[in-house]
Amino acid sequence: MRTDAPPAPAPAAAPAPPVVPAGRPRRPAPGSPWRKVFFYGALSILAIPFVFPTWWMITSSLKPVSEIFAFPPSLWPTDPTLDAYVDAFTMQPFAQQYFNSLYIAVFVTVGTMLISAMAGYAFARIRFPGQNVLFLVVLTGLLIPSEVTIVPLFQMFNTLGLVNTHWPILLVTTFGAPSVLATFIMRQFFLTLPVELEEAARLDGLGRWAIWWRIALPLSRTALAAVAIFTFLHVWNLYLEPTVYLLSPELFTLPQALTRYADAYGGEMWNVQMAASTMTALPVLIVFVFAQKQFVEGLAQTGLKG
Amino acid sequence: MALPSSVSSGRASARPEGAPRKPWLTYARRDALAGYVFIAPQLIGIVLFVLVPLGLIFYYAFHEWNVLAGTFTFVGLENVDRLFSDPQLAPVLTATGVFSIGLVIFNLSLALLLAVLLNRRWRGVTAFRTIFFSPVVVSLVAWTIVWGFLLQDNGGINGLLAVVGIDGPNWLREGGTAMASVIVVQVFKNVGLNMVLFLAALQGVPRELQEAARVDGASDRTVFTRIVLPLISPTILLTLVITIVGSLQVYAQIAVLTQGGPGISTTVLVYYLVQQAFEFHQFGYGSTLAILLFLIVLVLTVAQWQLRKRWVFYEN
Repeated sequence: MRTDAPPAPAPAAAPAPPVVPAGRPRRPAPGSPWRKVFFYGALSILAIPFVFPTWWMITSSLKPVSEIFAFPPSLWPTDPTLDAYVDAFTMQPFAQQYFNSLYIAVFVTVGTMLISAMAGYAFARIRFPGQNVLFLVVLTGLLIPSEVTIVPLFQMFNTLGLVNTHWPILLVTTFGAPSVLATFIMRQFFLTLPVELEEAARLDGLGRWAIWWRIALPLSRTALAAVAIFTFLHVWNLYLEPTVYLLSPELFTLPQALTRYADAYGGEMWNVQMAASTMTALPVLIVFVFAQKQFVEGLAQTGLKG
Repeated sequence: MALPSSVSSGRASARPEGAPRKPWLTYARRDALAGYVFIAPQLIGIVLFVLVPLGLIFYYAFHEWNVLAGTFTFVGLENVDRLFSDPQLAPVLTATGVFSIGLVIFNLSLALLLAVLLNRRWRGVTAFRTIFFSPVVVSLVAWTIVWGFLLQDNGGINGLLAVVGIDGPNWLREGGTAMASVIVVQVFKNVGLNMVLFLAALQGVPRELQEAARVDGASDRTVFTRIVLPLISPTILLTLVITIVGSLQVYAQIAVLTQGGPGISTTVLVYYLVQQAFEFHQFGYGSTLAILLFLIVLVLTVAQWQLRKRWVFYEN
């Protein structure tokens, strides 16, 4: 897999060597080639545990069973086969599970963007009685991990007959605690918008809804992108909720499905698991490599503004 | 969705000519109404899916709840007694603490090291940033399954170790190495996030300040500990809090890698809670454990709030 990023904007030539005080002879000089060798060497070694698992996942998914535990381990499949990919689809309704994960992620991401942009806007720009108290109420969602409330939530949905449907995941993830961070980020962003823009719009006769939709939202594209990215990753990775709420394989989401590949004796089928994992991980990884600037800056922004 | 502010002029003109009283629906009132409509979905969601369930765990905790038999009886503080006499509680809390502390130390120091190394405009630095960040976007369970595969007794890690003549342990099945493995796997997954936050903070440290100190004869280490670290301390605190709270919520990694074993050496509090509630159908006791988890998070949050005043160098 290619992980090259676009070339660094500035060439390596340093503008001016910083002043090095006398009396420290053992440190290599800033321009010394050894410094670069050490730098790139250290980074390359550090990179191994970050790259190797993905490499191992992809190559193992192409190996026949006989080669999975070969010794010494083969870093490249000697006899590549796509059997594991075929098995991944025949052993479980993998296409259905893939669709489940996708539509849940899209629903929750779009829903969270809307809800957090609305609430964040109101908390930042509209004055109404009880605002601060209500904001604190919403912020409790940041304080209380979803694991704390999983038992009563399960019971609530059980009473409503909604266990073994996607509703608990769709509703709780979109409206509940996970969207609070998004609301907080959107509020922080809307606080920075110049107030004159809205005043001008108001003089032109726009109501709140129109001001929000036609002026505030288009200006908040970067914050919305950050919200979209981290919401999508969060939903795509959900594991506890699906395992608690979903029982039928055709309702499973991908993370849950990945752990269910086993042979007739309950043994792990590693090549099939690796094939399914590859199909789960690779699309997002490829999108990331092409759009890594937005990913990294977006996520950095969510943290820094917090 | 219809918004009250869209019915604007009609109401005002219906007011009788020269009446002394202002119309009820003033601009401020209409605006306030719009505010409530805007926050309604989020607020209702929080009340229904956070606050009500939070209240319910305190209610459930006073009950013995046999899901299979369908019985639900008030037992007072019996679940709390059970909690304090639970022989598993001490090891579970120890595992939770070891996991959190190990994760925080390893994660933050590696993130800072990577950020310091990558905080320069050398050729290829962007590629390395992409590499260190990439596991963040890999599906969590997929990442964990691959590591589970690698860490098996006859898996890839031991295979590579054997090539250089080392007989590796059965990483996930031995008491000493299982917890360390879970921590390491989790750190490599998410350290990129903290690295990015540190990088952004490091780029905010004024270069002139560091160069001035160097001119005054300060060593690299002094510049780092006396200038850089204090200036990025708000980010350190932020990442510390995010990482600790995140570490308390770890479930999938444990479930996939070790199922809490060997013994219960990697059974952290959330895993124990889910096990009691959904595997052993002890909803009452599970709720008691949920209260314990809630209290721990609460104490940590209050503590970091206090620390923030004392420890952080500056705030904006």
